[in-house]
Amino acid sequence: MRHVISILLENESGALSRVAGLFSARAYNIESLSVAPTVDPTVSRMTLVTRGDDHIIEQIIKQLNKLVSVVKLQELTPVDHIEREMVLIKAEVNDKTRDHVRMMTDIFKASILSVSPSHFVIEMTGERRKSQEFIDALAPAVVVEIVRSGSQGMSLSDKPLRSN
Amino acid sequence: MELTGAQIFIESLKKEGVTHLFGYPGGAVLYIYDAIYQQDDVQHVLTRHEQGAVHAAEGYAKANNKPGVAIVTSGPGATNAVTGIADAYMDSIPLVVFTGQVPKELIGNDAFQEVDTVGITRPCTKHNFLVEDVKDLANTIKKAFYIATTGRPGPVVVDIPKDVSNEKTEFVYPEKVEMRSYKPSIKGNPRQIKAAVDALLAARKPIFYTGGGVILGQGSDELTELVRKTGFPITQTLMGLGAFPMSDPQSLAMLGMHGTYEANMAMHKSDLVIAIGSRFDDRVTGNIDKFCPDAKIIHVDIDPSSISKNVKVDVPIVGQVKPVLAAILAELDQRDATFPAENIENWWKQINEWRKTDCLNFDNPGDVIKPQYVLQQLHKITSGDAYVTSDVGQHQMWAAQYYNFDKPNRWINSGGLGTMGFGLPAAMGAQLAYPDSTVACVTGEASIQMCIQELATCKQYKLPIKVVLLNNGFMGMVRQWQEFFYEGRYSMSYFDSLPDFVMLAESFGHVGMMIDKHADVDAAMKEAFDRKDDLVFMDFRTDPEENVYPMIPAGGGQSEMILV
Repeated sequence: MRHVISILLENESGALSRVAGLFSARAYNIESLSVAPTVDPTVSRMTLVTRGDDHIIEQIIKQLNKLVSVVKLQELTPVDHIEREMVLIKAEVNDKTRDHVRMMTDIFKASILSVSPSHFVIEMTGERRKSQEFIDALAPAVVVEIVRSGSQGMSLSDKPLRSN
Repeated sequence: MELTGAQIFIESLKKEGVTHLFGYPGGAVLYIYDAIYQQDDVQHVLTRHEQGAVHAAEGYAKANNKPGVAIVTSGPGATNAVTGIADAYMDSIPLVVFTGQVPKELIGNDAFQEVDTVGITRPCTKHNFLVEDVKDLANTIKKAFYIATTGRPGPVVVDIPKDVSNEKTEFVYPEKVEMRSYKPSIKGNPRQIKAAVDALLAARKPIFYTGGGVILGQGSDELTELVRKTGFPITQTLMGLGAFPMSDPQSLAMLGMHGTYEANMAMHKSDLVIAIGSRFDDRVTGNIDKFCPDAKIIHVDIDPSSISKNVKVDVPIVGQVKPVLAAILAELDQRDATFPAENIENWWKQINEWRKTDCLNFDNPGDVIKPQYVLQQLHKITSGDAYVTSDVGQHQMWAAQYYNFDKPNRWINSGGLGTMGFGLPAAMGAQLAYPDSTVACVTGEASIQMCIQELATCKQYKLPIKVVLLNNGFMGMVRQWQEFFYEGRYSMSYFDSLPDFVMLAESFGHVGMMIDKHADVDAAMKEAFDRKDDLVFMDFRTDPEENVYPMIPAGGGQSEMILV
């Protein structure tokens, strides 16, 4: 099963590799991982998406908590939460496909960031499923390049995930 | 007053009460060695290889429950230390290992003797640090000792660039350390302690299964009290031997791959397993699907990630062994609980039936020296009170089976990583911790050659270790597996050339003895142990084809033992 975990990490060199190294050393899988500093500059926040049965997820949580650089973590999957991903797409367009791509961009509330005679660069933010649907819907235009931010997650609880 | 990084290093070690520093100098740590030279409070022990320095620090830590401290230079100094660091990580030994690093501005330039020490040691340390500013040095050392010795202990590496050790700053050693991201649990959850007591009282076929955590957590007294109070049988892991006296009738000795028949059968048939400071290692459980099919499991461990890692646990208790056991005892007292002998009478009857197998029995035919006999005699001549270190292989298993450890901290071996070469340097650490005690290193002719250079260190520091070499001319455990599972194709498991160990020991300035007849064993051992001030290297030529029994073949269940 897919699990989304929010992690507060000490914002220090090597902290990211401790998390990444733990996953490779113990043969856990990382589907996506995104990390950036927070309002508290001493802490980074990571959203990590992984897959595994309950036993493996339990071990992942315990092993992450054991890392000295991990300040706090929260498993988002069992609680009310939102998840978003940003995708940048470079699509090759021509006279036959340009209108189709513009229409799909409107329907999916994406936005075109850059236009050249032969290409659009499009930004799209949403749930993973929506971004995948959007990418599929762009056909017959050819998607030549794609970059995804990886999932970002946040619980809907009034209680914030904080370092203190 | 302003001090240099090197002086801060020394002053910090003094504040931590460090008496011995095991190490080897080199370019990146020259300022630190200059500071070592100018003081007498911390004794530096110069080993002959960095691996030896770290194993010696491990032996020191295991013998006396204090953190072991080592220092090595950058590059190859650090990589040579990695085996010892990984060994300490697997066996949860509290170590602080200092590594020199190239000057800050050269980091990342492929400088001479540069390696990414923090990167290399990340997966085999509890935590590691690169000190980028001399102002952080004292605080980092404080944190390193705190992390190494609290919670589940383990090695911490502190990497110090050369320039940092020469920069100056005001020295203030922090009184205490607060880390928001590191707060190990100490006391167990009271509800789980009550649940554990309920389970103890309801059990009819219980067994204690205890490990190295009891020794590391200094919980032997509480464990012994609880085991005696309940009257339950107890089996101990390789790492846990001696936490409860093995000569006690309640002890079923070691369990696992080379454990006793009664210990493994009792585990297999039990209705309650009380696991304390043990981690359900694959060498203990055998085939996990066949492990303790009818048992409820209580697991006391300081590391939450150990609980339900390999085996699903019914009553998990996260906490330090000592306070948790004290809380269980207090709960029993409060309930005025008793453990009527008749509750487990049938269970003991069954266990005593299994015991009749006498699975550790062996014969002494003629002149040939049986390794088991040597270890029995070692126990006798040292009154079971020696600090015994070992290397890895058959001799290690025989020492675990035949020395009968009655006290904690006496048995010092490499369990998790299984590091050949561990025994001799570990014995040096133990001997330095306890200069007046008897220290014996049980080894094989393959293992001893991996850190043989430390014989020179033993001479320099006058360490009267007794080396008990069980020389069967084979890498015995490799040969045994090849005999059992590879149809006797002894691929590379013997040496076509071996040194003359007597001459070798003498060349290092020690006493060497060669014993090749059963009848000579006792007298030779007496002579060796009477030489209180000498390192005596005893080369026992033992039965080359003796195997370690019982044995659970890899993948077998606990009840599927090869007995002879």
